[in-house]
Amino acid sequence: MPKNSIGLTAKSWAVLRKDIQVEFRSRYALNAILLFGVTTLTVVSFSVGQKNLSGELYAALFWIIIFFSAMSGLAHVFVREEDAKTATVLRLTADTTAVYWGKLGFNFLLLSLLEAVITPLFLMMTDAILHHFFLLLIILFLGAVGLAGATTLIAAIISKASVKGALFAVLSFPILLPLLIGVINGTTKALTATGGVTQASSELQLLTSYAVVMITASLLLFEFVWEE
Amino acid sequence: MYTLEVLSLTKGFGPRQVLKDVSFSLTVGDSLAVIGKNGSGKTTLLRILAGLMIPTRGKAVFMHDSQKLDRAAIRQRLSYVGPELALYDALTAAENLRFFGKMRGISLDNELIVKITEMVGLSGRENDLYRAYSSGMKQRLKYAVALLNDPTYLLLDEPTANLDEEGRQVVSQIIARQKENGILIVATNEQEEYGFAEKQYRLDG
Repeated sequence: MPKNSIGLTAKSWAVLRKDIQVEFRSRYALNAILLFGVTTLTVVSFSVGQKNLSGELYAALFWIIIFFSAMSGLAHVFVREEDAKTATVLRLTADTTAVYWGKLGFNFLLLSLLEAVITPLFLMMTDAILHHFFLLLIILFLGAVGLAGATTLIAAIISKASVKGALFAVLSFPILLPLLIGVINGTTKALTATGGVTQASSELQLLTSYAVVMITASLLLFEFVWEE
Repeated sequence: MYTLEVLSLTKGFGPRQVLKDVSFSLTVGDSLAVIGKNGSGKTTLLRILAGLMIPTRGKAVFMHDSQKLDRAAIRQRLSYVGPELALYDALTAAENLRFFGKMRGISLDNELIVKITEMVGLSGRENDLYRAYSSGMKQRLKYAVALLNDPTYLLLDEPTANLDEEGRQVVSQIIARQKENGILIVATNEQEEYGFAEKQYRLDG
């Protein structure tokens, strides 16, 4: 067989592309995550839609929806491999780092899609007023990177357990707490007239540091989780 | 010259010891049939050699010209086919081959995919979904994936499981070629498959 030098980036991209193909043919994670998100949003909008809440409360409600929707779907990226028994062939053939980057990329895309659907619906279905669009965009991006960075490793850990769903949320929550505090505070500033990117610099620093630390730690630990 | 040295491999599950002090040594051109009744530890031994399981004690050393191979180098040189493995149901045979080819560092064009599927008797069915394959066809595709890297170490667990006569012939050809160019380990409890290898190692469980 002719051997070409396929680098880490191409291998990671191949893992991501394969996961997207499998996902769009099965709609396993996408349906779960969107259904949960839209259902929760509908319940929230019925309860608080006509009330004028503070920016903090809207921000907290928004991220509760995103967090629990994410919990319902992000673990699938590894659970599916274990359940379908494809994880073994992947372990035998694929570069560990490429698997991590591919899966991280997939979870990031899934979260971005969730945010792209839920954010405009949330703003339409509640009385929340968006004052700083660009700040919210940065918060959403950093939130998705941080969430994906932390949960991808946890998904790999829980995929071998028998009580996967509950374990995923339980293990993720304490690790995601600093991120949730950061995104809620940042989103509050995007929903407040006096906020803005400059006023949210401490939140943006926290979220950037969180994402860097989580992805670096996950990269270092993933080999042990995946191969043993 | 590639070699494999298995030194006092022991594996226990709870109080039960499945493998006890298994030791052997193989070099390119060698073939070994691991035989024994159900539950004697054949699959466990192959899984340990493939790096899918950690032994309780002992080790398997893969070497090239007296130099120990690391995990990544072993992954590049080793292939394993077993009944518990599965490929991606939602992908076609060609997509599965292309993906695992990429993971092995090989870009497969359509011509190569046709050639590989022909080799395992699946020509004309490259664009069928893996989930639409029969169990025998799935087994053949697993062989196609296993051969993508021209493995130096080929581990086969129940090599002819689910295969018809034509499939058995395909496996015989693969085994004959492996015995010339690499190291072959076959785990089986079928007496007619003992002849696939020159050496035998009996596990008593």
